[in-house]
Amino acid sequence: MAHAAVHDDHHDAHDHKPQGFLHRWLFTTNHKDIGTLYLVFALVMFLTGGSMAMIIRAELFQPGMQLVQPEFFNEMTTVHALVMIFGAVMPAFVGLGNWMIPLQVGAPDMALPRMNNWSFWILPFAFTLLISSLFMPGAGPQGGWTLYPPLSLQGGNSVAFVIFAIHMMGISSIMGAINIIATILNMRAPGMDLLKMPIFVWSWLITAFLLIAVMPVLAGAVTMLLTDKYFGTSFFNAAGGGDPVMFQHIFWFFGHPEVYIMILPAFGIVSEIIPTFARKPLFGYQAMIYAIASIAFLSFIVWAHHMFTVGMPLGGELYFMYATMLIAIPTGVKVFNWVTTMWEGSMTFETPMLFAIAFVILFTIGGFSGLMLAIVPADFQYHDTYFVVAHFHYVLVTGAIFAIMASVYYWLPKWCGNMYSERWGKIHFWMSVISVNVLFFPQHFLGLAGMPRRIPDYNVAFADFNMVSSIGGFWFGASQLLFVGVVIHAVYFSKNRATSRVWEGARGLEWTVPSPAPHHTFSEPPKIDNSMLAHGDVTH
Amino acid sequence: MRRVLAAPALIVLGMLASRAASANPEPWQLNMARGATVTSNEVHDIHMIMLWICVVIGIIVFGVMFVAMFRFRKSKGAVAATWSHSTKLEAIWTVIPILILIGSAWPATKLLLRMADSSGSDMTIKVTGYQWKWRYEYVDYFGKPTGVNFVSSLESQSNRTRQVGSGLDPKAIQVDGVPTYLLDVDKPLVLPAGVKVRFVVTADDVIHAWWVPALGWKQDAIPGIINSAWTQVDQPGVYRGQCAELCGRDHGFMPIVVKVVPKAEFEQWMTEQAPAPAAEATATTLAPTTAPQG
Amino acid sequence: MKSTTDQHEVVKPVKHDSRGIARAALWVVAASFLFGFAMVPIYRIACEHVLGIKMSAEAADAAQVALMTVDESRTVVVEFVASVNSKLPWTFKAEKSRIEVHPGALTEVWFDATNQSAGAIVGNAVPSVAPSEASPYFNKTECFCFTAQTLDAGESRRMPVRFVVDPQLPKGTTTLTLSYTFYANELETKQLAFAQPSVDGVAKN
Repeated sequence: MAHAAVHDDHHDAHDHKPQGFLHRWLFTTNHKDIGTLYLVFALVMFLTGGSMAMIIRAELFQPGMQLVQPEFFNEMTTVHALVMIFGAVMPAFVGLGNWMIPLQVGAPDMALPRMNNWSFWILPFAFTLLISSLFMPGAGPQGGWTLYPPLSLQGGNSVAFVIFAIHMMGISSIMGAINIIATILNMRAPGMDLLKMPIFVWSWLITAFLLIAVMPVLAGAVTMLLTDKYFGTSFFNAAGGGDPVMFQHIFWFFGHPEVYIMILPAFGIVSEIIPTFARKPLFGYQAMIYAIASIAFLSFIVWAHHMFTVGMPLGGELYFMYATMLIAIPTGVKVFNWVTTMWEGSMTFETPMLFAIAFVILFTIGGFSGLMLAIVPADFQYHDTYFVVAHFHYVLVTGAIFAIMASVYYWLPKWCGNMYSERWGKIHFWMSVISVNVLFFPQHFLGLAGMPRRIPDYNVAFADFNMVSSIGGFWFGASQLLFVGVVIHAVYFSKNRATSRVWEGARGLEWTVPSPAPHHTFSEPPKIDNSMLAHGDVTH
Repeated sequence: MRRVLAAPALIVLGMLASRAASANPEPWQLNMARGATVTSNEVHDIHMIMLWICVVIGIIVFGVMFVAMFRFRKSKGAVAATWSHSTKLEAIWTVIPILILIGSAWPATKLLLRMADSSGSDMTIKVTGYQWKWRYEYVDYFGKPTGVNFVSSLESQSNRTRQVGSGLDPKAIQVDGVPTYLLDVDKPLVLPAGVKVRFVVTADDVIHAWWVPALGWKQDAIPGIINSAWTQVDQPGVYRGQCAELCGRDHGFMPIVVKVVPKAEFEQWMTEQAPAPAAEATATTLAPTTAPQG
Repeated sequence: MKSTTDQHEVVKPVKHDSRGIARAALWVVAASFLFGFAMVPIYRIACEHVLGIKMSAEAADAAQVALMTVDESRTVVVEFVASVNSKLPWTFKAEKSRIEVHPGALTEVWFDATNQSAGAIVGNAVPSVAPSEASPYFNKTECFCFTAQTLDAGESRRMPVRFVVDPQLPKGTTTLTLSYTFYANELETKQLAFAQPSVDGVAKN
C-alpha cells in the first residue's frame, strides 16, 4: 500500500528500508508490512475459494447435471474447503495478529521478524502447489478436505501435491504461531501484565498454543497417507492390517482444535469491538479468558464427535457426547458476557459494530446447531447432511469471516490513515448479512429433509431450497466485491483522514499511535495506564 | 392423524413436523420427518426437544440483546455505565446451562442405549457398499440361511437423466406420482413388516454410509470393518435414502430403497429369489476371474 | 513501572530470549508430530483397554481361555460373515451362517476358500466383530487370519476357527457377528510369482 511509504520516517535507519516495490515486500521484516501481506493474500484466497463456491452453488441451482462433471464438482468442494480454511481464514487471523499484537502490547515488532517473513512467503508457494493440482492429468483432489482414506488415495498423484501443500501451510502456521507466542510472552511493554492484555491478544496466545500442538499432528496424519500411497505402509489400509478409521481419529484430533483455531481469534476481535461501540468496559474480562482457555482445552477431548457413525462402542459415543455438550458452557459464558457488555452501554452502530453484533447472533445460531449435533441419536440423522453444512458455515462464515470483516472495518483507519465509506460499509454489511442467511439458513431444512452433503445433484424435492440457497450464494458472493471496493476506496481514494483514536470509545495502546500507524511504533516502550485498557481497570 | 390436528400451530412456527409414514423428501420440507419406526420417532422427538431448547434460549438471549440495542443507544442519550463484573450473574449463567445440558443428555443417553440394543432380531442382512452400488445379502431369516444376495444400483432412467447435458427432465421421473429422481434403484431391499432386522454393514473399496432417513439412523460402511445396526418397520411402504459418506465420483448416485412388505408377501418373494446354483456363494467376488494384478 | 529505565532497549528491539521461546515451541512441535504417529499404537491400546475394541488379529491367551467356565444357562448366537475384496478372485464362505453357543464353550467352525484364478495368490483375512462393544469378549484360539494364506490356482482350502465367547459378555448382547474379509496380499503374491514362475502366465509385474 502506497500510503505506508509516505509515512516511512527516520526510524528506518536501522531497518531494511523499503527500496522499490519487490524489494520492500519480498524482504520485509516489518510486522505491519507482513500483516498487510497476510491480509491481502487472505483476501485473494477468499475470492478464489469463493469462486469455487459459486461453481458449486451454480451446479446445485437446479436438479440435473448442467455445468460440471461430478469429478470436477468433488474437486471444487475439496479445494474450496482447503483454500478457505488454510488460505483465507487462518492467514487473515495471522495477518491481524501480526498487525495488531505488537501494537496492542506495546512491542516495536514481532519477536522473530525474519521468521515472520518466511512464514508468510511459504504460503503463496503452498497454494500454487495446491491449486496447480487441479490442472494435473489424472485430475485434482476429490476426496474432500478431510482426506479420508481409502478414497483420498484413489486417483492420481494430485494427492501428493495436496499433502506437500498441507505440509507447507502447516510449517507456515507453526512459524507464525511460534512468533506470536514469543512476541506475547517476551515483547510486552513494561507494565503490560498478562492480565492486562487485550482479549484479542489473549485469544491469539491460546490459539497459537493450539496451533503448535495440532498442526504437527495433521502433518503426521498426511505423512502417513503419503507413505501408504507411495511407500507400501499400511497405516490406514485394511488389506495390510491397518484401519481406515484410525485416520479419522488422528485427523480430528487435529481437526477439532483446528475449528477453534478459526474461531478463538474471532472471539477476541468481537471482545474488542463491542466494548468500543458500547462505550463500556468488557463484562467479565477474566471469565472471558478462562472461557477461551477452557474451550481450547475441551477441543482436545471431543474429536470423535465428528465420527459418531463410524461404529464406535457405546461408551465412546456417550463420552464424546457429554464432553461435546460441555463446550456449550464456556461458549455460553462468552455470549452472555457480550450481551451484558452492551447492557447499559451507550451504543452506536458503525460497520464494525454491526458485523460484531451479527457475529454474536449468527455464531450463536451456529452454536445451537452444534449443540443439536452433539446429541448422538440425533446426529445419526444429521451427520453428513446439509444440516452439518449449514452448521459449519454459520460458525465459519458468519462467525470467523464476519469477525475478520468487523476487524478490517475497525482497524483499517489505523492501518491506512483514512476512514472507509461508512455508507458503503453499511451497504456491504446489510447485503452480506441478509444474503448469507438466504444462503445458509435453508440448508438446515435441506439437511433435515434428507439431503446428504457433497452431492452434485439431488431429487427434485430438494430443488426449491437449493435454488433459494444458490440465489443467496450468488448474492453473498457479489456483495463481497463491494467489500473489495470499500477497502480499495479507503486505502487509495478516501479523503476522510482518521484521527489517532478513530473511534470515540476505543481503548488500548493501538489507538495511542498516529493513524496511519507509522512504519515503526513503540521503539520506546509506552507507559501503561489502566484507564486505557479496553476492559477497564482490572484491579478492582 | 392426531399429529395433523397439532399441525396448524407448528406450521405457524415454520415447523412442518407431521407427516404419516411418508418416507420421501417433500418440496419445501422444513423439518426432519418422523420416519417409519419407533426409533425414528424417538430420534425425531429428541431432535425437537433440542430444537425447542435452542429456540427458547435464542429468544431470551437475542431478546435481551435487542432490548439493549434499542434502549442503550447513544442517539437516545444513553450514558454508559462503568460496571464490568457480577459474580452472581456469571454464576447463574454457568449453572443454568449445566442443568439444561444434564436435562437433555438424559433422554439422549436412554435413546442411544435403546438404539444400540440389537438383541432379539429375527433376521440379519449384510450390506456392502461398492463404488457406486450396494450389495445386500440376506444372511439368515429366523435362524435359516437364505442365500439371497443381489446388487442394487441407480435405476436406468435416473442414470440417463443425470448425465451432464442429457437434456432430460428430472421431474419426469416418478413412481406413483412421487418424484424419484436419484432416489430409485433397479432392485430394492425387501424387508418383512414387523420383524426386527439386524444389519451388518461393511464396504469393499472406500468408506460409504448407509442411510435411510425413515429408519432413523445412518451407519458408515468401512472396508475391513463390520458395523451393526437394526430396525423394525411395522408399516409396509417404500422408504428411500442415499449414500451419506463421500465415496468418489458417483457418491450422489447410489441411492437406497427399502421396500417393506407384509411378512407373507416377503416369504413369497424370498422363495422367488431362490439363488441360481452358480451365484450361490455368500461372497462371490464382483470382479471377473482374472490373473492377479501385478 | 520500570518503563522509564528501559531506554537502552530501543536500539535492540529483539530482546530477552525470544529464540529460547522459539526453541521450546519447536520441541512442542516435534513432540506433537511424533505424537501424531504415536496415536497409531496409542489408539490400539486405548481401543483394547479403555473402549474395549479388539484390534489385533492375534490368538487369545490360552491360559486365560482355559479358566473360563461354560455358562450353560445362556446361549448366544454367533453369525459368520465372509467377504472377499473385489480385487481378489477368490470365493470364500462360512460353512454355517450362524451357530448357537454357550459362553465359555470352545467352539470350532469352518470356512472354505477357493482360488478361482489361474495363478497362486496370497491372501490375508481381516477379522472384525460386531457389535464393537462385544469384540473384547470374543476370543479366538485358532484362526486362519493369524497368518497369510497362499492358494494355488484353483486350490480350495477348508480352514478352522476356534473361539470362546467370554462368559462376561454383557447380558444385553444376544447376537454377535464375526466377519472376515479376504484381501489380496499383493506384495507376497508378487514375490511368490517371482520365486516360482508359473506356466500359465501369472503377471510377474
